[in-house]
Amino acid sequence: MSLQIEHVTKRFGDFTAVNDLSLTVGEGAMYGFLGANGAGKTTTFRMILGLLTPNEGRITWNGKPISYATSPHIGYLPEERGLYPKMKVEEQLLFLAELRGMKRSDAKREIGGWLDRFEVPQYLNKKVEELSKGNQQKIQVIAALLHKPKLIILDEPFSGLDPVNVEMLKKAILDIRNSGATIVFSSHRMDHVEELCEQFSIIDQGKQIVSGTLKEVKRSFGKQNVRIRSDYKLDALAGLPGVNSVKPTVEGAVYQVDSDETAELLLTEALKAGPVRQFEIEEPTLQDIFIAKVGKEHA
Amino acid sequence: MREFWIIFKQAFMTKAKTKSFVITTVLVVAGIFLLSNLPRILDSIDGIGGDEPTTLKVIDASGQLDDPLAAVLQANESDITVESTEESEKDLEKQVRSEDIDSFLTLSLDETNTIQAKYTTLSSIETSLPETLRNALQTVQAGVKADELSLSSEQVDSLFTQVNFEKNNISASAKSEDELNQARILVYVLMFVIYFAVILYSGMIATEVATEKSSRVMEILISSVSPVKHMFAKVLGIGTLGIVQIVLYGIAGFIAFKTSPSEATEGIGSFFNFTDINPMTLVYAVVFFLLGYFLYATLAALLGSLVSRTEDVQQMIMPMTLMIVAAFILAASGLGNPELVYLKYASFFPFFTPLVMFLRVGMLDLPMWEPLLAIAIMLVTIFVLGWFGARVYRGGVLMYGPSRSLKDIKKAIQLGKE
Repeated sequence: MSLQIEHVTKRFGDFTAVNDLSLTVGEGAMYGFLGANGAGKTTTFRMILGLLTPNEGRITWNGKPISYATSPHIGYLPEERGLYPKMKVEEQLLFLAELRGMKRSDAKREIGGWLDRFEVPQYLNKKVEELSKGNQQKIQVIAALLHKPKLIILDEPFSGLDPVNVEMLKKAILDIRNSGATIVFSSHRMDHVEELCEQFSIIDQGKQIVSGTLKEVKRSFGKQNVRIRSDYKLDALAGLPGVNSVKPTVEGAVYQVDSDETAELLLTEALKAGPVRQFEIEEPTLQDIFIAKVGKEHA
Repeated sequence: MREFWIIFKQAFMTKAKTKSFVITTVLVVAGIFLLSNLPRILDSIDGIGGDEPTTLKVIDASGQLDDPLAAVLQANESDITVESTEESEKDLEKQVRSEDIDSFLTLSLDETNTIQAKYTTLSSIETSLPETLRNALQTVQAGVKADELSLSSEQVDSLFTQVNFEKNNISASAKSEDELNQARILVYVLMFVIYFAVILYSGMIATEVATEKSSRVMEILISSVSPVKHMFAKVLGIGTLGIVQIVLYGIAGFIAFKTSPSEATEGIGSFFNFTDINPMTLVYAVVFFLLGYFLYATLAALLGSLVSRTEDVQQMIMPMTLMIVAAFILAASGLGNPELVYLKYASFFPFFTPLVMFLRVGMLDLPMWEPLLAIAIMLVTIFVLGWFGARVYRGGVLMYGPSRSLKDIKKAIQLGKE
């Protein structure tokens, strides 16, 4: 039960939206897609759903191409609303669930549970346009998950939600993942990807710049931050070989270094100046990696 | 097929349940009942129908005209009562000015025994009362003159004998004048029904498609069901809705006119007395309604798939709307003379066929092949448009951005292929 994307390229005329993208999402895994607007995330999702056909390469789900026969096993949350503004919440969810092959009576039973879970049971008979954006987003998530899909594609699922609701949603998504579903989602928010995904890709202008598990990516990034707090002057440390940059803090500085050896060297030199209050090697955050990789491309 | 029916049902039910749909349907049905009972309602309300008896003051200088006038008016079953008066003209004028009376009449005979009548009133719009009086006076005048010439009443009658004029059209296909008049009314009514239904429901489809696109439900829909299926389910769903609505109106109309207390020969009921109508006209009405609807609805779905915002729908379907309007104007121009040459050519152009060919087939006796050929042309066009529309639709529904021109059709086909 895995999703496989092999060397997929999609061109619109002269414009290459996705360029030689390859990735594998194992069963029950959660895969994150990071990228600026227009990077090619939505195009990739549309190809996975079969709405667009790649110019090159292939996409398979359990070794078979995705078609309308597989659509009942797929749940999709488009980037914007994706609901009928004038339809009532219940009718809407029933309609979409039926379309995905669910029995009406089963769907009816499940809807109540989902609305309770997201603390919005009072909206059952309200029109979608009467709901706030955050609540619409909840309904949309329910629509994507209601029919218990095996493969779930979420395009920016957390946009427009307050922190409390983000937590509620994260938990729901994790539960679904734990019950065996495979999930692919996109986000601008690094922290969500860092928290939820085992594996991820950073896409920029159609190209896959970084991909792999969090640990691999962080290791191979080759740069780490060393935070030193000291009561003594540390100016001399900035000139040491292997130190890329220095950011002064209130009681010391943060040094970006290439290797563990440089970090050790920093500690030794700092101790020469006087006692050190704090010494810490910080892993690079996804934010650092993203800015370093995508920012460089743009420079 | 399952998905097809789900979308069909959704398209039908969500529209059928909207307040605007229910209210419109109820209002129109109420309107039909109101219209069919209009004569009775008007009779029961005093003052609206204008049938209240009128008393007219008459100054008769000759002293021999007021009684014959009253007699003629009575014979004509007019509700005007003549009241001879000795008051002076000035007094009566004052009364008219102060609106105590509406009008008065002065009569006299001149030296040639010709009636000189003067009708004085403040109202400039009233025409029926003076006209009635004029006609009555004409009769009185005839009597006066006959007396003068010492003619007997038989002699007078023989003077006014009516000509026996009979129209004998020997063309085998020609319809009688009665038939033609009834056909004209029926065709006119049905033309309106077809025209409005096509404009209304195809507009509805274009808006529906654009709404689904702008709300991105479309992406969910077409990832579960192919765009082509979705398009035809939508067209059929809304089409069924239209048929249901029109059938409701039809049933309401039928009941209303059957139960209407006014006799068939009286009031509006007589308009709809289609005893001499060829039942084939009704069959053609249904056929052309269905074909017209599917032709325009397919086009509307195609156009609707090209816009990303519902605000742009009207602009996009404008060329289509103009085409229906043109068809209607053409057909209306032929109501008086359906044999105009340009109508014959226009009736084979598929976008005009539903109205123009229906007009011709309803009012003329066409050889069978003409309507059949037009129907065949329409079927082919619908098929081609459906095939072409499906290709545009596939790409169009994924296209976003400020697309509001027909040039986007090419772009959409390109995207649909990819």
